[in-house]
Amino acid sequence: MTGAHPLLSVRDLTKSYGTRRGCADVAFDLWPGEVMGIVGESGSGKSTLLGCLAGHIPPDTGRVVFDTRAEGPRDVLAMAEPERRMLARTDWAFVHQNPRDGLRMGVSAGGNVGERLMAVGARHYGQIRAQAVDWLGRVEIAADRIDDKPRQFSGGMQQRLQIARNLVTGPRLVFMDEPTGGLDVSVQARLLDLLRGLVRQMGLSAVIVTHDLAVVRLLADRLMVMKDGLVVEQGLTDQVLDDPQHPYTQLLVSSVLQA
Amino acid sequence: MTGAAMIVVRDVAKRFTLHNQGGAVLEVMAAASLRVGPGECVGLVGASGAGKSTLMRMIWGNYRIDAGSIRVAGVELAGAEPRQVIALRRATLGHVSQFLRVVPRVPALDVVAEPLLSLGMDQDRARAQAAALLARLNIPERLWPLSPTTFSGGEQQRVNIARGFVHPWPVLLLDEPTASLDAANREVVLSLIEEARTRGAAILGIFHDEAARARVCTRLVDVSGFAVAA
Ligand SMILES: Nc1ncnc2c1ncn2[C@@H]1O[C@H](COP(=O)(O)OP(=O)(O)OP(=O)(O)O)[C@@H](O)[C@H]1O
Ligand SMILES: Nc1ncnc2c1ncn2[C@@H]1O[C@H](COP(=O)(O)OP(=O)(O)OP(=O)(O)O)[C@@H](O)[C@H]1O
Ligand SMILES: [Mg+2]
Ligand SMILES: [Mg+2]
Repeated sequence: MTGAHPLLSVRDLTKSYGTRRGCADVAFDLWPGEVMGIVGESGSGKSTLLGCLAGHIPPDTGRVVFDTRAEGPRDVLAMAEPERRMLARTDWAFVHQNPRDGLRMGVSAGGNVGERLMAVGARHYGQIRAQAVDWLGRVEIAADRIDDKPRQFSGGMQQRLQIARNLVTGPRLVFMDEPTGGLDVSVQARLLDLLRGLVRQMGLSAVIVTHDLAVVRLLADRLMVMKDGLVVEQGLTDQVLDDPQHPYTQLLVSSVLQA
Repeated sequence: MTGAAMIVVRDVAKRFTLHNQGGAVLEVMAAASLRVGPGECVGLVGASGAGKSTLMRMIWGNYRIDAGSIRVAGVELAGAEPRQVIALRRATLGHVSQFLRVVPRVPALDVVAEPLLSLGMDQDRARAQAAALLARLNIPERLWPLSPTTFSGGEQQRVNIARGFVHPWPVLLLDEPTASLDAANREVVLSLIEEARTRGAAILGIFHDEAARARVCTRLVDVSGFAVAA
């Protein structure tokens, strides 16, 4: 599971919105099978960073090197747009905080999952449907809901559907922006358990933005703490949480009851 | 001591800077050194606040090492990459912490089996081994499919112990493994520790229970000697 190269290697990543700093000088290596958490207060640049990594937001400067299956490490930012879009479909997944941003609300649950398979070349209707059913099962959505539209689902079900839609193509890297935000605690726990199982079974790497330190402790191997667009501390998750070095991290950790 | 030491602590210093409390600095340790070899069970002793848990946490990797060196099975922990620590914990370095932390909703049986699954064991075998330990620690079978989040303190601690002994880690850290246990379960845990030592594990423990310490420890190290002003 540990290759010779990091799966994702990021250096000097900076994105400003006019004079406002989105994120600046971000650098890290993510290895195959690793889950990295990103925490920080609202407006600290977490979504900006995630967007830059996933190719949704063009950064001002920096390198994002991804270990491609065919050609090894390649700078994603230097790729031609069609090539990057293909990589995004075959190797990456992006789970949005709001399921509405990651699902097609007018298309059935089965269609939402099947569409992704077709985007990477699947053509056989029976196989597509079988895989869709399999994935709906894995995220605990009953097979008899396959023809329902996402708007007929609860928030937690929509989020699970979004996860199925994203993982069905067997990506190697998953980006998640607050995947359990807005869900009640028991639904969160279920989603968390699901994600852990998938990470273990599929050997996925993931970058997860969350404000919830308990989620981070249970899900992430390593943790990055952001403030005002800068990374103020990063390292092994339980070390950052149990022995925080930066004043901001100490404040963050001491202001929650237990994580 | 037989074989090369599995835990080697050399000249380790540790301080805490409390930025949100006026920048107060606590110098906890100036020069800690110790070695634990295979088949040894070393007990850390010293007054409350002397730094026993702090030293143990630096070896587990959740406290940073400010100066000096800690090697576990040859792997340097000072400045280690997260993935090195994680790999070490997966196969080599086991731990029974004072409190159980689990994903809600996961059954006790799977909580205990998880370390085996992450080592690649198939689910049936992993569950069978987990079940055997839960039974030995007197956790009633009707609790196995339930999440330990609602268990009593003593039940949670036993789940935690089962998880800590489910794989034969060559190095084991034990933080008060017999606290909050009744006599019968305390006896089970002490036997588990003795068996681990007999199979050659290098064990470092904190035992406030003096009788337990006397029974399982082959040697004691007083951490007061590592303090700044000592
Ligand atoms: N499209 C944009 N145009 C201008 N400024 C933006 C834009 N997107 C983000 N920003 C600014 O960049 C900074 C970082 O925003 P970002 O959305 O990355 O924060 P965040 O850490 O994800 O916050 P939250 O936890 O609230 O989601 C903020 O000051 C924000 O106002
Ligand atoms: N995360 C931390 N942040 C700040 N100070 C800490 C932290 N962890 C430990 N300390 C301090 O370090 C010193 C040693 O604490 P430690 O918990 O290691 O003692 P101990 O020997 O295990 O005591 P006990 O027998 O009471 O468990 C104490 O003064 C404690 O307050
Ligand atoms: Mg955001
Ligand atoms: Mg202690």
